[in-house]
Amino acid sequence: MNLLFDAIAWILDPANWSGAGSIPQRLWEHVSITAVVLVIASAIALPTGALIGHTGRGREPAVRVSGGLRALPTLGVLTLFGIWLGIGLTAPVIALVILAVPPLLAGAYAGFESVDRRTIDAARAVGMRESQIVGKVELPLGLPIVVGGIRSATLQIIATATLAAYIADEGFGRFIFQGLRTRDYAEMLGGSILVIILALVIDGLFAIMQRLVVPAGVRASRTRELRSRPTRSRAVVGQPITEGNQE
Amino acid sequence: MTWLWSNLDLVGELILVHLALSVPAIILSLVISVPIGWLAHRYRWSRGVLLSLCALLYAIPSLALFVALPPITGLGLRSPVNLVIALTLYGIAVIVRTAADAFDSVQPEVRQSATAMGYSAAGRFWGVELPLAGPVLLSGLRVVVVSTVSLATVGAVIGVQSLGSLFTDGFQRGIQAEIITGIVATILLALALDWLCVLTGRMLMPWSSPRRSRRPALSDVRSIEADPA
Amino acid sequence: MIEFRGVSKRFPDGTLAVADVDIVIPPRKTTVLVGSSGSGKTTLLRMINRMVDPTSGHVLIDGTDVATREPVALRRSIGYVMQNSGLLPHRTVIDNVATVPLLRGERRRDAHARALELLDTVGLDRSLADRYPSQLSGGQQQRVGVARGLAVDPNILLMDEPFGAVDPIVRAELQQELLRLQGELGKTVVFVTHDIDEAFLLGDQVVIMRHGGKISQAASPTEILANPADDFVAEFVGADRGKRALHVTEVGGRRVVFDGDGRAAGVLAS
Ligand SMILES: Nc1ncnc2c1ncn2[C@@H]1O[C@H](COP(=O)(O)OP(=O)(O)OP(=O)(O)O)[C@@H](O)[C@H]1O
Ligand SMILES: [Mg+2]
Repeated sequence: MNLLFDAIAWILDPANWSGAGSIPQRLWEHVSITAVVLVIASAIALPTGALIGHTGRGREPAVRVSGGLRALPTLGVLTLFGIWLGIGLTAPVIALVILAVPPLLAGAYAGFESVDRRTIDAARAVGMRESQIVGKVELPLGLPIVVGGIRSATLQIIATATLAAYIADEGFGRFIFQGLRTRDYAEMLGGSILVIILALVIDGLFAIMQRLVVPAGVRASRTRELRSRPTRSRAVVGQPITEGNQE
Repeated sequence: MTWLWSNLDLVGELILVHLALSVPAIILSLVISVPIGWLAHRYRWSRGVLLSLCALLYAIPSLALFVALPPITGLGLRSPVNLVIALTLYGIAVIVRTAADAFDSVQPEVRQSATAMGYSAAGRFWGVELPLAGPVLLSGLRVVVVSTVSLATVGAVIGVQSLGSLFTDGFQRGIQAEIITGIVATILLALALDWLCVLTGRMLMPWSSPRRSRRPALSDVRSIEADPA
Repeated sequence: MIEFRGVSKRFPDGTLAVADVDIVIPPRKTTVLVGSSGSGKTTLLRMINRMVDPTSGHVLIDGTDVATREPVALRRSIGYVMQNSGLLPHRTVIDNVATVPLLRGERRRDAHARALELLDTVGLDRSLADRYPSQLSGGQQQRVGVARGLAVDPNILLMDEPFGAVDPIVRAELQQELLRLQGELGKTVVFVTHDIDEAFLLGDQVVIMRHGGKISQAASPTEILANPADDFVAEFVGADRGKRALHVTEVGGRRVVFDGDGRAAGVLAS
């Protein structure tokens, strides 16, 4: 327990709260690299996933790519980009984007796919354009799952950004590697605690958001059907959209 | 390639070390998760608590967990056991949820008819519920297999030997081939263990359709969860 | 008036769903497509609003080939009601009914006002307006579906097994409601069912389809009962099994009508 007290003392030490490499600076770095990576990866993965979920086309390759990327060891990707691109933020940002794409992609297509085909069919039959089906039907109904994907991706980025301090001078991870080098366990543990708090806070925010984006009508049906088990628990797997009848 | 040929021994040894870290973690997390998952399935009140705890655990960045565990376990930072415990915790975080879902997926009619036929509670668990939950459990296990093998490499930065050592060593000495070898070896190891799981599953559960034991991560919404890093 | 001229539909997988169909659907009347599962009723219906395009032949509405019309605009001008109502689960009843007017760019206030009137028309209490579909019974959902179909005051209303998923009592209620509505509104209704009784009850013209997407007979219920075109029709409508055969017996000086099972069905008016 002494170790823990030391770490807390380290966190509370005013000396660590100002100047270069202070806690606020590292926090800012950690949050901003996470945000930048999330934006870039989302810009790539979300529209792609939405398109796949909407059309049902290209699902297999997407599944294979995101499945394959998931097996990639993060540290390997980081160090590889590290020696290719040298020190600086480019290497970690690229590596983090690559690692954040699979959960975002999977969330987006699973979300769009989860929408009942009959609902989409009806929307088309009353005269919605494809863009309106995407925006007014699939997006709101699939959003909880899409946000779930963003949540996982964000946690993944926060975690990997910690590790990325191994190859770049950024984020809370620096405290861990600094402490490791100087055998200062209080600093290592303090840094770890800060990362854990950051991850849990962000996760909590996403949990709230995920609840808020559940459309009211869907929420209403959930409470009503609390006791009955779902007959079809999740997305219609890979049912292609062909013109015409989906029965 | 030349790097690989001249370092085959090292790579082979690290693969064994890597297995020694990940296999116990995978098995432990399965063994621990099944009863917890069953609890979450059986008692509604416990479900929320248990699953939230798992979600919290899952949200913790791995490097931070590796560093934060020693004061709790009393082990040294560089102890492989420390790493195994951390990996087991992540495994539990994933499988408990799958296990709860897996038991939920057993139809109540089947359970009731088993009771009606005279199964005892324990007999029903081993003879009916567990086998029927098997395919879904397997899908969760496969996710854990891949993520554990990948995650074990992270330990290298705090000095726990594994295939990850090829990353840290390659990075420090600027040997690209070493890092690539490490990546490929890690992926192959994950695939091999995954394949072993499928094979075992097919042997133990010949009734489960190939469709259900298809790569779980893929058709499963849960697959949107990234592996902890 | 809707006309099918030599219309066939073969799906990409090779299924021939509709085979060389010629038929005229008269305006302001109810035409019921009836036939066993997979006989191509839905496919035929959906070629009217271009949810499905024919592989050959033409579908004409008032003399204009629908193929020349922009699908989205066409669909917005035609009411469509389907089984399980097809309502948007994340929108309230009133927003569901107002979907198409809002898509067309009508002002929200006007669209909502009209939607409320439509709830009256289909016999739903206005207090349900702010509920979500999941908070309604199956029968109520179906009524909302009908209200949505009527929202743009279309000339044509397509209904694909709209009452297929509700219990028999509610179904009978909805059928009567539809008859009443049709009496008031006089739309061109194309109605799909596989219930021959429903077809005879609702249809001015009944189109009997058989497997392979062919039409066996298209005529009024009376005509079909009197002159079934072939054995298939005769069997399908049950005329041959005496199910619909009624006979009259004198009982105590009044002429009582008995059905095929020997149950009293009514008294013959003199
Ligand atoms: N999108 C499609 N792709 C391929 N085949 C289709 C498609 N839609 C329908 N079919 C096939 O075309 C045939 C006619 O289908 P359709 O849905 O029109 O029948 P239906 O008479 O409406 O049947 P039901 O009473 O079951 O609704 C069936 O054999 C069906 O399997
Ligand atoms: Mg049909």
